[in-house]
Amino acid sequence: MSKLLIEGVSRTFAGVRGGEPVKALMPVDLAVAANDFITILGPSGCGKSTLLRIVAGLEAPSEGRVLLDGKAVTRPGPDRGMVFQSYTLFPWLTVAENIAFGLRERGMPERERDGIVASYVDLVGLKGFENHWPKQLSGGMQQRTAIARALANDPEILLLDEPFGALDNQTRGLMQELLLGIWERRKKTVLFVTHDIEEAIFMASRVIVMTARPGRIKSDVAIDLPHPRHYTLKTSPEFSALKARLTEDIRVEAMRTAQTQSA
Amino acid sequence: MRPLHPVSPGIRTVLGISFFVLFVAFWAWITLGGHVNRIFLADPLSMLRDGWRLLVEDRFWLDILITIWRVFGGFLLASVVAVPLGIAMGAWKPVEAFLEPFVSFARYLPASAFIPLLILWAGIGELEKLLVIFVGSVFQIILIIAVKVGSTRRDLVEAAYTLGSTNNGIVSRVIMPANAPEIAETLRLVLGWAWTYVIVAELIGSSSGIGYMIINSQSRLATGQIIFGIIVIGLIGLLSDFAFKAFNRWLFPWSLA
Repeated sequence: MSKLLIEGVSRTFAGVRGGEPVKALMPVDLAVAANDFITILGPSGCGKSTLLRIVAGLEAPSEGRVLLDGKAVTRPGPDRGMVFQSYTLFPWLTVAENIAFGLRERGMPERERDGIVASYVDLVGLKGFENHWPKQLSGGMQQRTAIARALANDPEILLLDEPFGALDNQTRGLMQELLLGIWERRKKTVLFVTHDIEEAIFMASRVIVMTARPGRIKSDVAIDLPHPRHYTLKTSPEFSALKARLTEDIRVEAMRTAQTQSA
Repeated sequence: MRPLHPVSPGIRTVLGISFFVLFVAFWAWITLGGHVNRIFLADPLSMLRDGWRLLVEDRFWLDILITIWRVFGGFLLASVVAVPLGIAMGAWKPVEAFLEPFVSFARYLPASAFIPLLILWAGIGELEKLLVIFVGSVFQIILIIAVKVGSTRRDLVEAAYTLGSTNNGIVSRVIMPANAPEIAETLRLVLGWAWTYVIVAELIGSSSGIGYMIINSQSRLATGQIIFGIIVIGLIGLLSDFAFKAFNRWLFPWSLA
């Protein structure tokens, strides 16, 4: 059985001031196997973030439904951990308290929390920063904390919405390796939204390419590159071949987006 | 001068102090130099002399204490009512829809115009003074806090939901801590306004307080005392503002880190 099932999920936004309703997402069907790392690749505005937010339960689909372990998703919950593109650490909590947030909401006693928090601080390489405020951290460190915060809750699936989109190129590369390393060791079902082709291939066991708005699935590409993956993989011929193929797919969509915007 | 170019801390201090010096010098020049009638404006030296006499002989410090108590009493009363209401209005939209129109209307009712009515209801004792400050502050605090709470960062709320927060958890462990520094800043601002209301309350139907001393001095043309009273109000306001600011900084280190 699939871990996550997306069945005919679409999203239409009501028109502004009596205007035509806007179709953001055409009906999407997707089955995600347990412990799969799926990246959703698409041009900006294609509805890929909307799809992820529907899986998270932060938005309701106009049609269709999302099933996690056979149960329909109706609202956000701790079984679907999320990492956002914007920095969403709670600024009044320290790094350690941020990571412990979900555990505290669950009512776990402090002593039990401390051990879990320490292990995740370690996992994302933030030892020594436990008592820092988010404001004192770089963007990369904030996102590492956000990943630890989501993972500490031990969700069934991890949702990431362009988590490294605001980071500089070097930091982004390091963060990709960090996240992939965690996934290789701890196995988790992951849905990762990005518009970066290289990132999509490097991270994924399967890349879902979406069309320009209104978004639907254009292609579904299995990435059979071996694990553990090293950053040098990005310069290998297999990687380049995949990149060339997906670049072509995305380019057509990006051009369509540009045309509809200028029209 | 280059627009928006910062100024060094040293020069900033010198410039800030020099205006005070200029101001007092101008005041001394027009009064001591005989350019205005002394009946209407006392000179700085006799102002200090009058002030000293007030403190030593007329026990003016008792008036100061009573005014401070009124400000903080009325302000505390208003805060206790307004902060929870403001948070409730910001967090739950039906509560806002229910109360916002009335509070917006009540905000424009001038507190000073309530004084005659409040005197009828509560006499000219302490309760009336507290109520003037209460009426003047409570609606302002409610509205400002409701707006701040209403603009809580949605991404923080969403993040908390995906971490398993319940609706009540969102209010008590996201909305409240996220807005706590802003709420404290709002209270600091409104405390400044409360100083205005207390003096107005003391100018009408009162037998103690800084405002009473001022209105009393007017009938005796003691402009030195009036000016001294005004300066005392300014100084206490400044001090309480400093203390409040320092307290907020100590309370919310994360918002400044």
